[in-house]
Amino acid sequence: MTLDLHIRHRFAGFSLDVACRAGPGITALFGRSGAGKSTVINAVAGLLRPDAGHVDVGGVRLFDAQTGLFVPPAARRLGVVFQDARLFPHMDARANLMFGARFRPADATGAGFDDVVSLLGLSDLLHRAPATLSGGEKQRVALGRALLSHPRMLLMDEPLASLDGPRKQEILPYLERLRDGPLKLPILYVSHAVDEVARLADTLVLLQDGQVRAQGPLYDVMADPAAVPLLGVREAGAVIEAEITAHAEDGLSTLRIDAGVLELPGVQAAVGARVRLRVLAQDVILSRDRPEGLSSVNVLPVVIDSVHPGDGPGAAIGLRAGRDRLLARVTARAVREMALVPGMSCYAILKATTVAPGSIGR
Amino acid sequence: MSVDAAAWEALRLSLWVACWATVLAMPLALWVAWLLARRDFWGKSALNALVHLPLVLPPVVTGYLLLIAFGRTGPAGQLLESLGLTLAFHWTGAVLAAIVMGFPLMVRAMRLAIEAVDPKLEQAAATLGAPRYAIFAHVTLPLILPGILAGSVMGFAKAMGEFGATITFVANIPGQTQTLPSAIWSALQIPGGEGQAVAMVIMACVVALGAVVLSEALARRVAARIAGT
Repeated sequence: MTLDLHIRHRFAGFSLDVACRAGPGITALFGRSGAGKSTVINAVAGLLRPDAGHVDVGGVRLFDAQTGLFVPPAARRLGVVFQDARLFPHMDARANLMFGARFRPADATGAGFDDVVSLLGLSDLLHRAPATLSGGEKQRVALGRALLSHPRMLLMDEPLASLDGPRKQEILPYLERLRDGPLKLPILYVSHAVDEVARLADTLVLLQDGQVRAQGPLYDVMADPAAVPLLGVREAGAVIEAEITAHAEDGLSTLRIDAGVLELPGVQAAVGARVRLRVLAQDVILSRDRPEGLSSVNVLPVVIDSVHPGDGPGAAIGLRAGRDRLLARVTARAVREMALVPGMSCYAILKATTVAPGSIGR
Repeated sequence: MSVDAAAWEALRLSLWVACWATVLAMPLALWVAWLLARRDFWGKSALNALVHLPLVLPPVVTGYLLLIAFGRTGPAGQLLESLGLTLAFHWTGAVLAAIVMGFPLMVRAMRLAIEAVDPKLEQAAATLGAPRYAIFAHVTLPLILPGILAGSVMGFAKAMGEFGATITFVANIPGQTQTLPSAIWSALQIPGGEGQAVAMVIMACVVALGAVVLSEALARRVAARIAGT
């Protein structure tokens, strides 16, 4: 187990009790502001000493309230990328990067200076002062600095939250390269943006009011009807993997998933590449019969897995499409009138689908 | 107008005392400023009050208290005497008086500078594996350097101008403890001494202005380096 933690901590008016376990890859800690995400990352980094519990990273115990063990942050060998970058203002980008390399143990392994500079596209920034860098450039330097400390795990505390849309798009490919590249560095990634999580995470932990409400592999948690209120009704939706089989001249691409074939516009990756599709629950329509004469061609045979009534007029429906799971959001009235029950076969019509621009490379 | 040797001697002694006072007080002031800015401990407000006391007490009172404690018969004075260090009526006593009087000004400037450093930067350095001394040397110290400089110039200027506590503690012995302000005061006591007084007033002004100009120039260079431009 890459990460194994159980943390209990009380602040004035807020108490946190979080237990989670995660394997390699990117573990996303998702929750609204105030859910306790940063507290967890600070406890893992050693910047906060929890009242109770333990923290293990890569099989090494870093904190144990029972034995009084508390490894100080400098000895934990965890690279932290903060939301506000925290570059040293009196050093240029190169000196900031070198500071990361300066104190690593001689036997640590990881990326070299030139590798990090080329991975993150930093060669033109090396002599610039932090004050002259854009938000996205600062985050790239901060990420490089953390990588050069040859950490055993990377902790990222909302690294994209202070960036606007285009700047986010500038950083995300680098994070995907870290995830899929030769470094294979485990990452704990804190975020309150569902799109980032859907694109990056392998494991998802949903936090609310200082408690874990759901955790597991990304595809399972995203397709869990019970997770809809946690992710937000407009953001909830399953993530599935698809393989690109063809690009047609009219701009549509053909993608194969387990239950059939989808035709989607705007797919950037090459034929043969595997991509993640995010299918928003509110963009899935259910039909009892195979629909005829529809403008959409993306119709999949599905089996209803679970029906989860919400607090309002809506209901979340968990679906099985072959080996994949989907999520649909319909009205509670539709559930009654169509008599939707678990085990029933029907058809899912996909109105719109977001494709992660890059290949997921696996 | 000719400036007599006693005036030059007073200037030399003042510079000597002020330099010693600044150099000796700087590390201690930095440490105390660090404690007051970053640490919570029992007796913190007492320490804060003690440091600031010379700022609010009449200098003559501070000088008299120094005389009681560090004079020939004072407890601290006897202890130092046995170690071979005489303070009373000696230039070393003038250094001590200058340190005590300039200390609050130095601590204040340095404390403000330390409080302006974001502890999050130091946390970031710690997560990169930097030990505490390295965090201080490579992150905190460069960022507070302008404050240390400003505090030191304040301390130096105070030491150059210190009069009340010095004359009370170590008197006004030409060549021994007669600093520039004491010499100016003495010159003004003698009929016809105003010429010498004016010469020494000009010296005091030149030194003070020079210190300010030098510290501004240094602070600009440090600030430019920190901004990285």
